[in-house]
Amino acid sequence: MKVGLVCPYTWDVPGGVQEHIMNLAETLIDLGHQVSVISPADDDTPLPGYVVPAGRAVPVPYNGSVARLAFGFLSASRVRRWLKEGGFDVLHVHEPAAPSLSLLACWVADGPIVATVHTAIPRSRAMHAAEPILQSALEKISGRIAVSEAARTTLVEHFGGDAVLIPNGVPVKKFEKADPLPGWPGPGGALGFLGRMDEPRKGFTILVRAFEMLATQRPGLRLLVAGHGDADEALARIPAELRDRIVLLGQVSDADKVRVYHSVDVFCAPNTGGESFGIVLAEAMAAGAPIVASDLDAFRQVLRRGQAGELFPTGNAAELAAAAGRLLDQPERRAALSAEASAAVRIYDWPIVARDVVRVYEAVVPAAGRVSVLPR
Amino acid sequence: MIDAIIVVVVVAILGVYVSWRAGRLDRLHARLDARRAALDVALVRRSSVALELASSGLLDPATSLLLASAAHDARSAQNSQGWAGGHGREAGQGREDGKNGQELPESDLTRALRAVFGQPGFRSSLDGTEGADELLSELEGAAHQVFLARKFYNDAVAATRAARRPPLVRLLRLAGGAPLPEFFEIEDSLVGTGEAGQGADMPHLTG
Repeated sequence: MKVGLVCPYTWDVPGGVQEHIMNLAETLIDLGHQVSVISPADDDTPLPGYVVPAGRAVPVPYNGSVARLAFGFLSASRVRRWLKEGGFDVLHVHEPAAPSLSLLACWVADGPIVATVHTAIPRSRAMHAAEPILQSALEKISGRIAVSEAARTTLVEHFGGDAVLIPNGVPVKKFEKADPLPGWPGPGGALGFLGRMDEPRKGFTILVRAFEMLATQRPGLRLLVAGHGDADEALARIPAELRDRIVLLGQVSDADKVRVYHSVDVFCAPNTGGESFGIVLAEAMAAGAPIVASDLDAFRQVLRRGQAGELFPTGNAAELAAAAGRLLDQPERRAALSAEASAAVRIYDWPIVARDVVRVYEAVVPAAGRVSVLPR
Repeated sequence: MIDAIIVVVVVAILGVYVSWRAGRLDRLHARLDARRAALDVALVRRSSVALELASSGLLDPATSLLLASAAHDARSAQNSQGWAGGHGREAGQGREDGKNGQELPESDLTRALRAVFGQPGFRSSLDGTEGADELLSELEGAAHQVFLARKFYNDAVAATRAARRPPLVRLLRLAGGAPLPEFFEIEDSLVGTGEAGQGADMPHLTG
């Protein structure tokens, strides 16, 4: 099948949507499909062969922050040209409600269009003002996909209708095997965390408090932390002798990230909310890490109600400490959880996810013919 | 006797000075209110025309969406701050907190307009489109009105603040209960700093 994917955000800036599209494109190519991605990017950025640059994204205020987006008639004509040259069987746009390439693609194209919604946006009055503008472009979409229940709710609330839930994928193969970082986990045991340290909803402070409780009774226990952000505030109240046992790696490469998951005895996901899927959790599962996670809806679902990882009441540091402590004391339980996690994460493996996406393509293609470009 | 005369004269001079000061302050405050009102009208008009352009169908949906959301945020800030409604000194009470709440969305609207108008070849891309000329020049006019109204309002703020600065004015509370007027600081030029400004404060982008 000839598939055209539209990425609304700059290709070389790290982001969940970009990563999703990259993995989807590469998996579809592996499965034997022909794939072309159009994305905002400078013309001189080195890009994979399947990406066509649509020109530089412009920083512009949107929804209370500054976003880098591609809009305007020049971007529209680039999309038009890409569609004409591509001759796609199906056009798959991502985040179609963002004022960028995906919306433009819906505007200029006709035929089988599939859209994936990634973020959950609370319904606001601003959206209400924009609805007539969005409506005419979005009503051309014939198949809609949401990556999470929250994203689906957003979609349904804003535009009515329904969407197919196909969760985000994880490239399981990339995470399965890696050597631990030198000296880890160590004889005293190790806890792990990955994410921004200064973003409250990631729950780093809760983990630090739990670590403090555990570390006073377990002299060799260490905490391995990967992720950017300022840790000073979270670590301010930690006694100096414990402080040395919290190892901050800062931002790590993709390869080192995999090694971090393999370097700890218990991986902690103390998030307090706002996670629509929990990609970090799925990665940790793919690496076979024993997990303790907050009892958020999304996490409970990914961890199969606790079968593939321990759940603790969200925000409760003492409960987190207790759950992590139990796992540290029981190597057999850790091995069992690790095996469960590796098995449970299979359904999020990209080849599986991509196959579900292809089913959506197949469902819309015969009804709508081929992708064509509307006359100006 | 001489002493008494001197005291009377001094008191009389002081009285004249104070009433002159108070009258001047009153006139300055009245001017300030008028300019405040003019600025409010200009801001409301700019966001209305921006919204009209966004929903006109002249632009692509991505640009329309950006513009609609920025204009809508500015409109909401205008309404919720009571900034557009009250111009009297009493209404000034709400300004202190209302001010910051409105400056950001108005600046964001400017930046959104700048991003839209700043696309290379933007104007010629709409050549021959019906209604485009009128709407674009109306929007440019509205943006220039904001620029002018803000400049004149801030001038009045500066003058009023200066007139209220002398110790005697503060001691005798000649300004009454009116809060010290605040400058309205937003980005209002359709051309960003560092770009060609055509040597004028109000560059003609659509002309």
